[in-house]
Amino acid sequence: MSEKQENKRRYTTVSIPTTLFKKIERRIEGTGFTSVSSYVTYVLREILAEDENGKEPFSKEDEERVKERLRALGYLE
Amino acid sequence: MIAPHGGRLVERLDFSERKREEAREMPRKEINIDMARDLGNIGHGVFSPLEGYLTREDFENVLEEGRLSNDLPWTIPVVLDVSREEIDKIIEGDEIALFYRDTPIAILNVEEIYPYDKKKYAESVFRTTSIEHPGVANLMKKEDHLVGGKITLLNDPPTMFPKYKLWPKETRILFKEKGWKTVVGFQTRNAPHVGHEYVQKTALTFVDGLFINPLIGKKKKGDFRDEVIISAYEALFRHYYPKNTATLSILETEMRYAGPREAIFHAIIRKNFGCTHFIVGRDHAGVGKFYGPYDAQEIFYEYPDLKITPLFFRSFFYCRKCGSVVNEKICPHGPEHHVNFSGTRIREMLLRGERPPELMMRPEVADAILQYDNPFVE
Repeated sequence: MSEKQENKRRYTTVSIPTTLFKKIERRIEGTGFTSVSSYVTYVLREILAEDENGKEPFSKEDEERVKERLRALGYLE
Repeated sequence: MIAPHGGRLVERLDFSERKREEAREMPRKEINIDMARDLGNIGHGVFSPLEGYLTREDFENVLEEGRLSNDLPWTIPVVLDVSREEIDKIIEGDEIALFYRDTPIAILNVEEIYPYDKKKYAESVFRTTSIEHPGVANLMKKEDHLVGGKITLLNDPPTMFPKYKLWPKETRILFKEKGWKTVVGFQTRNAPHVGHEYVQKTALTFVDGLFINPLIGKKKKGDFRDEVIISAYEALFRHYYPKNTATLSILETEMRYAGPREAIFHAIIRKNFGCTHFIVGRDHAGVGKFYGPYDAQEIFYEYPDLKITPLFFRSFFYCRKCGSVVNEKICPHGPEHHVNFSGTRIREMLLRGERPPELMMRPEVADAILQYDNPFVE
């Protein structure tokens, strides 16, 4: 697969208003961001990561069993 | 409590005798202790969200983007290499049993067998193709194909330190019981000198708990031996750490020496253990001069979605003028007043059987190390 095809597979295009694009261009001047795309990707990842909410990965029974082990190992009094 | 990476703590365990017997009837692949340990890490969720070895799409995405194919940060390939002879005996869809010394450690569902480019792997993960780099040298010894697929853990891998072996479910319950809402994780492959202690305690000042998590596993020549690291930390904990705010447990996996990428990997692992913060010092997981001293800190700016907060530290040293341990940010005095915690110097003294000065290493820690004839990997 050529590099162009590879990039096509890995990247896609979204549309944003030109005014916003220009505003971002001004915002990233002198920062480490090399393009509007890299800035938008960064911001979206930051926002989407907020959704990562997990349940407690253990039941009450699990918890009691683990606490017993932790006491036996000296981690809990 | 902080969610595991990807939102769910993976648990792929089946410790039933029936399953173990089934494994004995399956095609078998022998594995070494490092591979067995990583199977334990997958099965118990240390490597959440991984449920097995990377399939091709994830593998390629990890190399190119430092992310899984679902865009979740992941920087180190967790893969199983197979030889041509082994490929001839398995097909996609098979189940194979992974054995360590005649014990079935796991069953692997073979989803995909694929070739890979070692040079591209080395460049992406280690930022070099030089075989002087220990991670690259290991990679070049691997077979030319990888097998991807989910695993089921049948037996925990053996450990030399059962007293300090905790899985993420256990550390999460431990932190909850201790009432720690914020926990800082510290990765280490060294016996602690005063500089390490200072970094750890500085970080602890701002959070509820400190989780020291030494890496136990294959290391390079000249690194501290595993049992020495444990003895040294036991001494430090006994004499200098409060029990209610600091704890010690091991992580069993090999060092990859992948510098920046490994720093992200180490942070993800500690997030799975329940840490909210992670200490990243100078040249984290580096080796030789392959990485810049703060490359492993800079890479975190590429991962705004990591969710564990990195705490960046510069080098600490003792300043005779300040009369305390300081760093360049807080000390106005010149280098003529400074005593650096030089790992090389400490190592040389220990090899000669000498206690390093108290300014550099706690005497109790030095004594714990000196009880070993050779504290270093040969």
